[in-house]
Amino acid sequence: MFSSRTRSTRRGNTSQVERHSILKYPHRLNFYDRPPIDDITIEEFETCALDRLRVLAEIESSFVRNRPWDELKSIALEQCKTYLPLNASSATAQPIDAERKKDHIGHFVLRLAFCRSEELRRRFVKAEMALFRVRYDSDDAIEREEFLNSRDFDWVPVPDDEVKMYNAELIAAASSYRDPRDRTPLDTQKYYKVKWTRVPDLVEKRRVFLKAGMAYVPMREQSSIVFQEFQTNLEKALEMTAKALPRLDEDTRIVPILDNLSQGFLAGVSSEWTASSSSGNGDELTADMIDDLSKKHFPMCMRNLHECLKRDHHLKHFGRLQYGLFLKVLGLSIEEAIAFWRKSFSNIPDDKFNKEYRYNIRHSYGLEGKRANYAAKSCQQILCNDQPGSQDSHGCPYRHFSADNLQTALLSLYSSQGLTAGDLPEIMSAVKQNHFHVACTRVYEITHANYGVKKGEGVGGGESITHPNQYAAKSRELEKAKVDAIKTEMKGDVDVIMS
Amino acid sequence: MAATEEITPELMLAFYRRLYPFKSIFGWLNHEHAPTRLFTHREFAFTLAGDVYLRYNSFSNAEELKKQVCALNPTRFEIGPVYSARPRDKKTVRPAAFQPILRELVFDIDMTDYDSIRTCCSDAAICNRCWVFISVAVRVLDAAIRDQFGYKYLLWVYSGRRGIHLWISDKEAMELTDEQRRALVNWMTVIQGGSQMHKKVNVRLGTRPLPPSIQTALEPLAETFSELILADQNCFESEEGWKSLLHLVPDQKIVAELTKQWERDPDRSSEDKWDDLKAQVKTLSKGSTQRNLLMTAIEDIILQYTYPRLDAEVSKHRNHLLKAPFCIHPKTGRVCVPVNPTTIDQFNPEEVPTVGQLLRELDKVAAGAPDENTEHHSDWEKTSLKPYVELLDKHVSSLMEEVRRSKRGADLSW
Ligand code: SF4
Ligand SMILES: [Zn+2]
Repeated sequence: MFSSRTRSTRRGNTSQVERHSILKYPHRLNFYDRPPIDDITIEEFETCALDRLRVLAEIESSFVRNRPWDELKSIALEQCKTYLPLNASSATAQPIDAERKKDHIGHFVLRLAFCRSEELRRRFVKAEMALFRVRYDSDDAIEREEFLNSRDFDWVPVPDDEVKMYNAELIAAASSYRDPRDRTPLDTQKYYKVKWTRVPDLVEKRRVFLKAGMAYVPMREQSSIVFQEFQTNLEKALEMTAKALPRLDEDTRIVPILDNLSQGFLAGVSSEWTASSSSGNGDELTADMIDDLSKKHFPMCMRNLHECLKRDHHLKHFGRLQYGLFLKVLGLSIEEAIAFWRKSFSNIPDDKFNKEYRYNIRHSYGLEGKRANYAAKSCQQILCNDQPGSQDSHGCPYRHFSADNLQTALLSLYSSQGLTAGDLPEIMSAVKQNHFHVACTRVYEITHANYGVKKGEGVGGGESITHPNQYAAKSRELEKAKVDAIKTEMKGDVDVIMS
Repeated sequence: MAATEEITPELMLAFYRRLYPFKSIFGWLNHEHAPTRLFTHREFAFTLAGDVYLRYNSFSNAEELKKQVCALNPTRFEIGPVYSARPRDKKTVRPAAFQPILRELVFDIDMTDYDSIRTCCSDAAICNRCWVFISVAVRVLDAAIRDQFGYKYLLWVYSGRRGIHLWISDKEAMELTDEQRRALVNWMTVIQGGSQMHKKVNVRLGTRPLPPSIQTALEPLAETFSELILADQNCFESEEGWKSLLHLVPDQKIVAELTKQWERDPDRSSEDKWDDLKAQVKTLSKGSTQRNLLMTAIEDIILQYTYPRLDAEVSKHRNHLLKAPFCIHPKTGRVCVPVNPTTIDQFNPEEVPTVGQLLRELDKVAAGAPDENTEHHSDWEKTSLKPYVELLDKHVSSLMEEVRRSKRGADLSW
């Protein structure tokens, strides 16, 4: 029934330790090279998938909330314990084979559910990757070694004379980013040679030495190769499954289950901020209101873009994208958005505006092209994607401004809302530790103190900023609550007078 | 740059008909003599007068491309990826069956990214002096790609005004996924941070050694720094210039000291100021943390002013479109000619032929009234376009040779 007759392992598992040989699944970790072959009941099919989905959804939500890796890991392990326990081979008291079978089936059912669009595939791969990493990290060292030996990763140990020849470079590559706490001696390190394309993550961060297309990977980064391999395999397998899937459409029992599964994932946390959050409060946003709103409610990334736009009468591509989607989610209608940008780009003649910008604005509202409903960028995305070039003004000021510019900007943008020079050291120390959203949350607290927001409360209940639209929405809620309160109070007064 | 004559549609059409080297471009994209998917499934996009933009065109061979180009007479055209189906069939195939699969790895270096450091020109202008920024970037990038990534088939193309493109046609480079492209570009990206970030070089922790790839580049760049930044561009002469420099010095005492000194003596040259800074560093005791910190900062400053500045977005996605070589730049009229990276120092953008000039040259040799029916295939041989087409042809034949060799190798292994 699993149409994906994907890849088979290049080599059989020959080196198994005796004690595992009675197990059908000798290893806790699984590369999912082969689909399950046993008969599966439809109930099993569904429960295995649902339970796995619970784990993956939690992982995805951790990404969205920008949780640090360690936190994500403990949350995922916790969730696994409840829904998807997977014990070491040494845990003889546990139904090890049954656990592993469930893991195996769940993975393959979700492949079927999530192979159907590029977006789903991307998210599935990301979440599965994280799950694999969590398990890899928590695996027993010896069992992990056995697992690695059971598979051909095609890594070549670098011969000693070559290590000698490139000694200086290898050490420099290993030390320029090394964790200061890491004290393993560098010159006794073992290295593996692989094609650089297999470890793009290490190349991206310049953690390896590169020569003629080969990456020299230090022993302790070996896991990178494993994770990359896992990801590449899964991506390929999903594409093949997608191609084979139409044949499955005949099975009327399965298709609805798959539909439900993928919708459950889609409805997950990350869609929180895709819809307009202003709908329902009656007063339509107009282009003219933006300037005023920005001063009262916008986080620094957006205020900066707004100020740049006012100063230069222009924003570069990523700035327009970041700000435009934010305004859309804030509740600016397409007509008002066009009016807003038209007015802001005051140096640009009408025909140029119509030709070059109108389409893009409509596109971001899903009215052109793919008609996708683009979500506004989260802090995570703003912080990590599309790094601003030297002439750009998008990004997150807490991260992308130099310290002195940031302080100047903070004072000039927020002193009217009560931020003083005395607040700066605290904000800057969060920035120094790369806790940009903490800095942003603190600024929110300070500038909303007159609404009664206290230190540590964040945007409510101690929650910190993860999305610029969350910042603006919470800020507007506070204002609205206050205005409403004043209104009722006044109404009371009026009543008294009338009576 | 000297104003050029108006580029009329007639000029453009004559250029496409008689001079544009369609055959060479075909060979370069196709890697073989007989058309393959590398050509037939390749996207071409045309920009027509009035900013009409036509995407997803594809052609069976060089003649078909030429016919269409002459029929549409575009102001320029761009080359995109090889898709899993013919781009012209895009509307009729399932979206899943229409995916970009192969594409040269491309780089774009543009003068705009140097606007904050060059002092000789601004905006669209470019002169021989600021071209040095580009030629330095070419040298560094060319060496790095060949040595570190092992790619061999690099074609550098002048963009017609103030930048340069690089196209890499090695098999592995063509096959890179977007993720791998991003990784490679980030490996190459040293200058980072928006306009509000002073320190744009952050490639190591504290005072650790530089990553080896950057260390290799540093030595020649230090020389460039003296010649280009200190002597020629005199970047630290103006108050704005030296203040930017001091923003990068991580020692408040030294900064205060130098500020005082340079305010008192505003005529000090960049070379003098750089010596002043180095003298200050020397007053710190050898081996002290503070001195190490400043030595590190000095290296980072050299990199910040000289390391190649890439337009990273261009390189990261397979489906990015990039202007085809030998197109005419609409503002300057110059041809986007291939450039030899080993002699890039001698390349002078102002000597690149313009479309008008080429056609005049052609008129001169053909004064004996050309026969309207003869093929114009090799008319470029009679003009100053010749060395540039030959440069491409040489590149193409070594590329084809490589493909033949690896095919033969594959055959043997059967
Ligand atoms: S933390 Fe988020 S909301 Fe705050 S400024 Fe940065 S990107 Fe904007
Ligand atoms: Zn110049």
